Amino acid sequence: MRVGRSSNKILQRKEALGLLFTAPADLILLLLLAYPFVLGIWLSFTDTIIGRSGGFVGLQNYIDLFHSEVFRLTAFNTVLYTCVAVFFKLVMGFALAIVLNRDFKGKGLVRAIVLLPWIVPTALSTIAFWWIFDSNFSCISWLLLKLQVIRSPINFLGDTINARASVIIVNIWRGIPFFTIGLMAGLQTINQTLYEAADIDGATPWVKFKSITLPLIMPLLSVITTFSIIWTFADFQLIWIMTRGGPDNATHIFGTFSFQRAIAGGHLGEGAAISAFIFPVLLISVLITSKYLKRES
Amino acid sequence: MISRQREKVFRFYIPLGLFLIFLLFPFYWMFATTFKSDAELYNLNLNPFLIHTWSLANLKHLFTQTPFLRWLYNTFFVAITSTLISLSTSLLAAYGIQRIRFKGSSLMGIGIFFCYLVPPTILFIPLATMVFKLRLWDSLWALSLIYPTFLIPFCTWLLMGYFNSIPKELEECAMIDGASRLWIFWRVIIPLSLPGILSAGIFAFTLSWNEYLYALTFISTSLKKTVSVGLVTELVRGDVYHWGPLMAGALFGSVPVALVYSFFVEYYVAGMTGALKE
Repeated sequence: MRVGRSSNKILQRKEALGLLFTAPADLILLLLLAYPFVLGIWLSFTDTIIGRSGGFVGLQNYIDLFHSEVFRLTAFNTVLYTCVAVFFKLVMGFALAIVLNRDFKGKGLVRAIVLLPWIVPTALSTIAFWWIFDSNFSCISWLLLKLQVIRSPINFLGDTINARASVIIVNIWRGIPFFTIGLMAGLQTINQTLYEAADIDGATPWVKFKSITLPLIMPLLSVITTFSIIWTFADFQLIWIMTRGGPDNATHIFGTFSFQRAIAGGHLGEGAAISAFIFPVLLISVLITSKYLKRES
Repeated sequence: MISRQREKVFRFYIPLGLFLIFLLFPFYWMFATTFKSDAELYNLNLNPFLIHTWSLANLKHLFTQTPFLRWLYNTFFVAITSTLISLSTSLLAAYGIQRIRFKGSSLMGIGIFFCYLVPPTILFIPLATMVFKLRLWDSLWALSLIYPTFLIPFCTWLLMGYFNSIPKELEECAMIDGASRLWIFWRVIIPLSLPGILSAGIFAFTLSWNEYLYALTFISTSLKKTVSVGLVTELVRGDVYHWGPLMAGALFGSVPVALVYSFFVEYYVAGMTGALKE
């Protein structure tokens, strides 16, 4: 196609102008996100430790990890943590969105309160849960002792099963608002006449949910769930504060284990290899999201 | 009529009440613990859900025996600087992508969006080596510069949505009048997208206030720590937990961000849902 000279010039100017406007953001993201991303992959193939740059060791870090029992347990924990927590966040967040999806007095206030666990720094709310789950002075234990449900205080964070359940509960607590507020916005866009028509046909609430609400909210739900899966899979602070991966590594996930090896233990190469295992989930999530984004546009 | 009332109780009030208790209890617990004396805190004969005698000892401990105010200042400094860096670069980028529509602009938009999906747990190790080489170790500026990596993608995406809602004709009129792109950006686009800028700014502020992993990794001096990191490392000594001051710190570390949020809750919700729907 032939393009006139003057319009060609405008096009060139447009390109230059566009690059100029986006340059500051691109520069920061290239230098501090894309470059470290690649550097991290490189580090995982080296035996770098803090204070000494290491040499290329090929797949040695990965081979060592596969032979490490702690790492295999960490992988299992990460999948368990993500599946259970995301499942409950989705179900409970969706349930709360449906409960709130009507007009009532103080709706704005309730919505603001519901978002609080999401707003407040996770590290700080986790400290509160840490105290709620104290082995001697837990208020839950106190209540259950008084009701004579249990005979001695619950060892929340010292027992492997209890500790896993505890960190998952805190993650659910923090993640519900994201699902609720996101889905509420989606529920509001559903045309009410659809439900009225279903009522005339005598549809039960479950049928209405299954054949109207769910299909219409599916695109939004899948994006919200994708985000939640990434964040949960790559979680760190909640577990680091409450259990540091213990007891007996029962709550170690990729994030906490790589921190322990790389920063606390100084083995940067090995730590980078551990956190590289977050990448596949990231990739799958990106593919799902991009499929949805493409369909939208 | 009565059955309808009863149905509302079971379908609405009871579930809502249970959810609110679950979501709010930790905050009540922070509050109650803050204002109890140590003697009361560790007395199992007293009902822990009530405050029997109010005490300000924990607050006194927090504000006089720990550098809590300093931590608050540090957190504030990092949150403000990283928000400003992110907002200004995102505004330019969003305008460039959404309005100049150069070759590859939509690809760049999607690329920036995907940056938001990269979690800090993948980046903190290589970033630690970079921070060290750049001599930014143990400096708050390291955080101010690195936080934008997760703030810019979000802000840009959000602002792109806002710019999209501003009619193109406004710009075209200004261009016919001979206005430059920069003038249009400054005088037309920015004033019209103030709600969007506010949403993005509040989001960025709360996200940086909440950050933990980078602050834990890159800062080692106690006086340079942020609230989240400082509290745990300074108030837990081995097996000794100062629960009273810890809860006081958690409470007062949450207040600033909760205040900002409560003033602009509508913008926050709009930003969150707007970004999701885009």
